[in-house]
Amino acid sequence: MEKNTSIHENNIVPDNNVSETLETEMESGLEFGHITYPSTRRGWVFRGLRDGFPICLGYFAVAFALGIEAKRVGLTAFQSFLMSTGMVASAGEFAALLLIESHAGVIEMITTCIIVNLRYFLMSCSLSQKLKPSIPAVHRFGVAYCITDEIFGLSSAVPDYLEPFYTYAITVISVLGWSGGTVMGVLVGSILPPMAVNALSVSLYGMFLAIIIPPAKENHFIGGLVAVSMAVSWVFSVLPLTAGISSGFKVIILTILLAGAAAYLKPIEMAEETD
Amino acid sequence: MNDNVYISLLIMCGTVYMIRLLPLLFLRKPITNRFVRSFLFYVPYVTLAVMTFPAIVTATENVWSGVAALAVGLIMAWINGDLFVVAVSCCVTVFLTGLVL
Repeated sequence: MEKNTSIHENNIVPDNNVSETLETEMESGLEFGHITYPSTRRGWVFRGLRDGFPICLGYFAVAFALGIEAKRVGLTAFQSFLMSTGMVASAGEFAALLLIESHAGVIEMITTCIIVNLRYFLMSCSLSQKLKPSIPAVHRFGVAYCITDEIFGLSSAVPDYLEPFYTYAITVISVLGWSGGTVMGVLVGSILPPMAVNALSVSLYGMFLAIIIPPAKENHFIGGLVAVSMAVSWVFSVLPLTAGISSGFKVIILTILLAGAAAYLKPIEMAEETD
Repeated sequence: MNDNVYISLLIMCGTVYMIRLLPLLFLRKPITNRFVRSFLFYVPYVTLAVMTFPAIVTATENVWSGVAALAVGLIMAWINGDLFVVAVSCCVTVFLTGLVL
């Protein structure tokens, strides 16, 4: 079955594929909102490298701070490289450093890791539906490594089934920034001017906006959901009762509550399964 | 504590990988439950929105450069939607407002 003709859940957002911007249509690929998607694996790899670039920058900035923290805890550059390449998780790695510093036991390490990274479990569930059911299992092992907030966001934003090599391409360039940033943080600490680090730190958020705003523009329900999510997130961060909740845990609670409410209020249309 | 660090890293990297792997490995068939599918469909929007705000405002040293980055990001995402363009616009905004503020 051709990718372009498959009927899948992501066609449910009305009008996303039937774009009004026909005059900007390119020779091949899928039209989705204002963006044309590649139709070949090679095309997806290039697109992944391009889309991964802002992630690489953003990761570098965040990982740099992580590297400074790793050095404080006593990790060598090599150890922090292993940590970042093996874990690829921002909040997760900050928690990991705290655990190492406090000489935590195995049980505490495992439970803390599960709680702090639980959102990846949800993302993995979500992404499992984006993979073609017949895809070779090796891609399940491969894509699993790639699940971070940002790479998940990009991978789940593509129409139809996910081409795993798109995810791999994003991951290669992103992890380069992530691991490189960590090692640089350990090695050169505070050489990078703070203004540059400051500017890089919003790169990831800009990317999030680019992922959620275009669908929100097309679909008013998603738009409302995004607005409500941001509002509740803000309320959670200022209310004394909830302000102490870690950001990873806040994401889990709000995702379950709000995505659950959205699913209850407006269930998606079930598309015909052709496989 | 050096040996210990490697063992700790191994345990934690393994745990994080399992969290990511298990659903992908075991949810092979398309989920037929309409509520679950709808829920999973909405997950990325809620997750990313919650992570973006108010974090974008507090990520920078000055709150107002964060607010400016949010405004520019929203406008650029609305009219353009390209990841790279939006992300770079936000960075440039913070850099420029950093010069002024």
